[in-house]
Amino acid sequence: MGYSLNFSVVWRNFDKLWGGLALSLELAVISLAIGIVIGLVLAVVYVSGGRFTRMAIAVYVEAFRNTPLILLVYLVFYGLPQIVDIRYDATTSFVATLSIYAGAYLVEVFRSGLEAIPQGQIDAGRAIGLTPLQRLAYVRLPAMVRISLPALSNTFISLFKDTSIASVIAVPELTWGAQWINLNTFRIVEAYLVATAMYLVTGYVMLFGLRLVERRFRVARHA
Amino acid sequence: MLDAMIYALPFLMEGLWVTIQVSLLTVTISLVAGVVLGCALIYGPLPLRLFTRLFSDTIRGIPILVLIFFVYYGFPAIGVDFDSFWAAVTALTLFKTAQVIEYVRGAVESIPRGQNEAGMAIGLTFSERLTSVIFPQALRRFLPPWINGVTDAVKGSALVSLLGVTDLMHAINQVIGRTYEAMPLYVLGAFIYFVINFSLSTLSRRLERRLSHVQA
Repeated sequence: MGYSLNFSVVWRNFDKLWGGLALSLELAVISLAIGIVIGLVLAVVYVSGGRFTRMAIAVYVEAFRNTPLILLVYLVFYGLPQIVDIRYDATTSFVATLSIYAGAYLVEVFRSGLEAIPQGQIDAGRAIGLTPLQRLAYVRLPAMVRISLPALSNTFISLFKDTSIASVIAVPELTWGAQWINLNTFRIVEAYLVATAMYLVTGYVMLFGLRLVERRFRVARHA
Repeated sequence: MLDAMIYALPFLMEGLWVTIQVSLLTVTISLVAGVVLGCALIYGPLPLRLFTRLFSDTIRGIPILVLIFFVYYGFPAIGVDFDSFWAAVTALTLFKTAQVIEYVRGAVESIPRGQNEAGMAIGLTFSERLTSVIFPQALRRFLPPWINGVTDAVKGSALVSLLGVTDLMHAINQVIGRTYEAMPLYVLGAFIYFVINFSLSTLSRRLERRLSHVQA
């Protein structure tokens, strides 16, 4: 068809995309970090808690896993400040949303990790006289981290992709950068081609890096 | 707060119908395309296998939102014209197809080689082995993750609101534009999505538990 690609305006405004990519990564890393804290705490509470604590955690997990992220982003940014007296900018609001969203996925990751630890290891800890807290710190958590590492890196990659949704509340990340170039130059195909390539390359570079880390810490398979 | 919800309900139901249409189209088309391409990935000649692998890995590496914009704005430039509804369905279907390919691959590869060899030994042709040996067994491994993946399609369909398709998400935002009561409507919307997706993921879990018993 009669469309010829012209990337020059994209290169001229490349700082929008490059800065956007940096912010996307930042959003993903911060949300993952907060999500890990939420996930770890709740997973430990879940496996050792009573029926009602388990139920409460399950409600949180199911509520956030079964609702579209875009709706949660709107809800936290536009809805929440209407009923409680809080004020935050779009970036903070998005990080809060993505962290809680990530936490819901990570509770499940860590919980199944904790439950996958062979009972013999915990019994061995008890046999050498470790207190429950010591068993948690020296036996269960280290084993759990190694078991959940692959799921953890998958979660990170999907969080990185989910940061694109921040563009709907004008957080200047990579997708927003592509939209900015579109609005100001109308070179929309070129802008999205470059942004897509940046998502792909960054995603796969991270994936290969994380696979190397996983291989280093892989749990030895017992026969 | 209740007033706002009651006022909004008819609009939301119209939106919900579009959400269901988008999800159903996505899920059905991607199931057919994904199973065909999944088989191509396992049994096809090398060029076809490479193409399918490249397709799946590329599509799964792109955020769905970017994929939707890409299809909506990019395809008309190469001469494929469609309205926002079909652009959205196309983008979501591409993404879902890539997922289905991986479910198929995982399910078929979980069947022990001996099953296929036994089929060969008793003289079954390739298509007979597929339809009466491999697929019936692979179905058990395929079904639970696939049903669970339908929730991803429903959740992903909320992104079509950004193309101006009046799905549930867009209907919610439209009503908020008129009433300025954001919170009750977002909560109501979240609840509707939750009911649909939670039923699907519960079904998936039940099925998984049930099917794990049949394993020989």
